[in-house]
Order: sequence, then structure tokens, then C-alpha cells
Amino acid sequence: MKLRTFLKGMRDETPLLLAVMPFGVIYGIMALEAGLTKVQAQSMSYIIFGGSSQFVASKLFAESTPWSIIVLTVVMVNLRHLLYSASVAPYLKALPFGWKALLSYLLTDEAYAVTINYYQKRPDDNYGHFYFLGAGQILWLTWQMSTAAGIFLGKMLPSSWPLDFFLPLTFIAILVPSLNNFPAIAVALTAGICSIFFYGFPYKLGLIAAALVGITTGFIIDMRRRRP
Amino acid sequence: MNVWLVLLLGGIFTYLTRAFFIFLFGLWEIPSWVKEFLRFVPPAVLSALIVPELFMQSGKVFISLGNIRLLAGIAAIFTALLTKNTLLTILTGIVFVFIFNTF
Repeated sequence: MKLRTFLKGMRDETPLLLAVMPFGVIYGIMALEAGLTKVQAQSMSYIIFGGSSQFVASKLFAESTPWSIIVLTVVMVNLRHLLYSASVAPYLKALPFGWKALLSYLLTDEAYAVTINYYQKRPDDNYGHFYFLGAGQILWLTWQMSTAAGIFLGKMLPSSWPLDFFLPLTFIAILVPSLNNFPAIAVALTAGICSIFFYGFPYKLGLIAAALVGITTGFIIDMRRRRP
Repeated sequence: MNVWLVLLLGGIFTYLTRAFFIFLFGLWEIPSWVKEFLRFVPPAVLSALIVPELFMQSGKVFISLGNIRLLAGIAAIFTALLTKNTLLTILTGIVFVFIFNTF
């Protein structure tokens, strides 16, 4: 049962890897162009392990930005993980320390997206953490290998290819089927519209601001429904 | 070396953003209204990640038949609605963006 759940996590994550791979390759190329050594470029992928923040950091390294500003930017771009952390926390509550520490490390956009989907459909599954581990580890491996491919094979991909567009496609594939009730649709619409208005916020904080407005909207709708 | 310093500090802080509530909620009982609130994190965050990618170009709203990301995104959304299949949705989006990109 544990193994089957683990494999299911891996399998559900697999389509998303299609988009993660080119993203990792582009990161590898960009990091070298920014002046990082091969070891540094690869190390960022397992130490920070956060695609968009690694892109931003590479850009800032290329512009010789002071180190403190780069750290601050990385942290700000990664603040959205707080939302993911809170969102999966109820399902991981009973796990031992080691599991929590490991799954925290593997909590990325793509692993979160499929895992929370699984947990919300099966809130009483005792082996959900194996699903999380299955999805998280295959994403981790893919990210490391595609980074290496970018570093060592370099510019084999034509730069005119819109490869960075693949990631939002994976989010569409996860989001749209889950919009099967009115509050969720209202949440997605509000957060989406706000994300455009908040686009100019520094450090990509517009993302979190828009998400919080969306979540609050859903919360209010839900409250009114229960107490008419 | 400053690169290593950035990697180390960036890594530690990023890990903390991921671990924070996972460990905090192990220590405290989560109030039920917080759980209700958290139910909406996935649609909110995913939508806020997607929409700017479809509608924004160089920092401006770009709604036109010339916006290939928007068109490919709409194709992907329809595929997702009709099939609920992750792989098919991603592939449709990729195929459409390449077709529009070529012509």
C-alpha cells in the first residue's frame, strides 16, 4: 500500500515534469551566463531548490547586485511557500520529525499542486505522505538532472522557443479540473484578476497579495452560505 | 565567497518558509476556521500564477489575437475542461504555442 501510494505520487507528477525539464535546462544555461561556476549553478538547485527564485537570483548575479539584496529577493519570491506549508500542515500533523523535515524540503509549486489535490480528495488516507514523497522526489531528481543538462549540454535549445510557458500550462492542468464548485471558481477569478492589478508589486509580492484576496473571498462566500 | 553565502542563506530561509507551518501546526491544534481558510489556497495560488503569464507581456496587459500565450492557454483550459487529463492539457498547450509561434 505504501509502495503503491508512492508510485501513484510519482505517476501523477510525471506529466508536470515535461514542463519542469526545459525550465531546469534554461536555468542551468542562465546561471553559467550569470558567471556562476558549474558547481555553484548545480548547488543552487539542491540548496535553494526553487525554480523561479533561482532564475531571479541568476539575473541579479549577472547584474552584480549586492549579496544581501539577492538573498532578500530569493526569500521574498519564495514566501509563497508559507501558504503551501500551512495548506499541507494539517495532513502532516501526526508525522515524525524526520518525515516533516524531508517533506518540507520537497515542498515546491509542482509537488504541492498534485499532493494537495490528492489530500483533499482523500483526507483520511494514512499513507498520503508516501504520495507526497513520490511526487516530490521525482520532481527533485528531474530538477537536478535538467539543471545538469543545461550546465553541460548548454545551448542546444533555440532561444526563440517559448519554453518558459510550459510551467503555467501545468498549473492550468491542475487548477481547471478542481474548479467544480462556486466558492473555488470565485476564489480563482478574484485571485486571477488581482494578480494582474498587483503585478507591479516589488519582489513578486503581488502573487501572495492576490492569493490572499482570493482566499479571503472564498472564506466569506463560504461563511455566508452556511449562515444565510 | 558571496555566491556561496547567497546560496546558504537563501537556502536556509527558503527551507524555513516551507517548514514553518508544517512544524508549527504540529505543536498547536489548528482552529477549524483556519482549515476552512486554507481550503482555498490551491485555487488562489494557482490562478495567481497562471493569469499574469497569459495576460501580461513586458509588464503590460496584452489582450489580442497576437497574444499566443493567451490563445494557447485558452486551448489548454478547454482541453482541461473537456478531458480533465493533465498530460493532454499540457501537450495541447505546448502544441498550440508552437503552432502560433511558427506562424
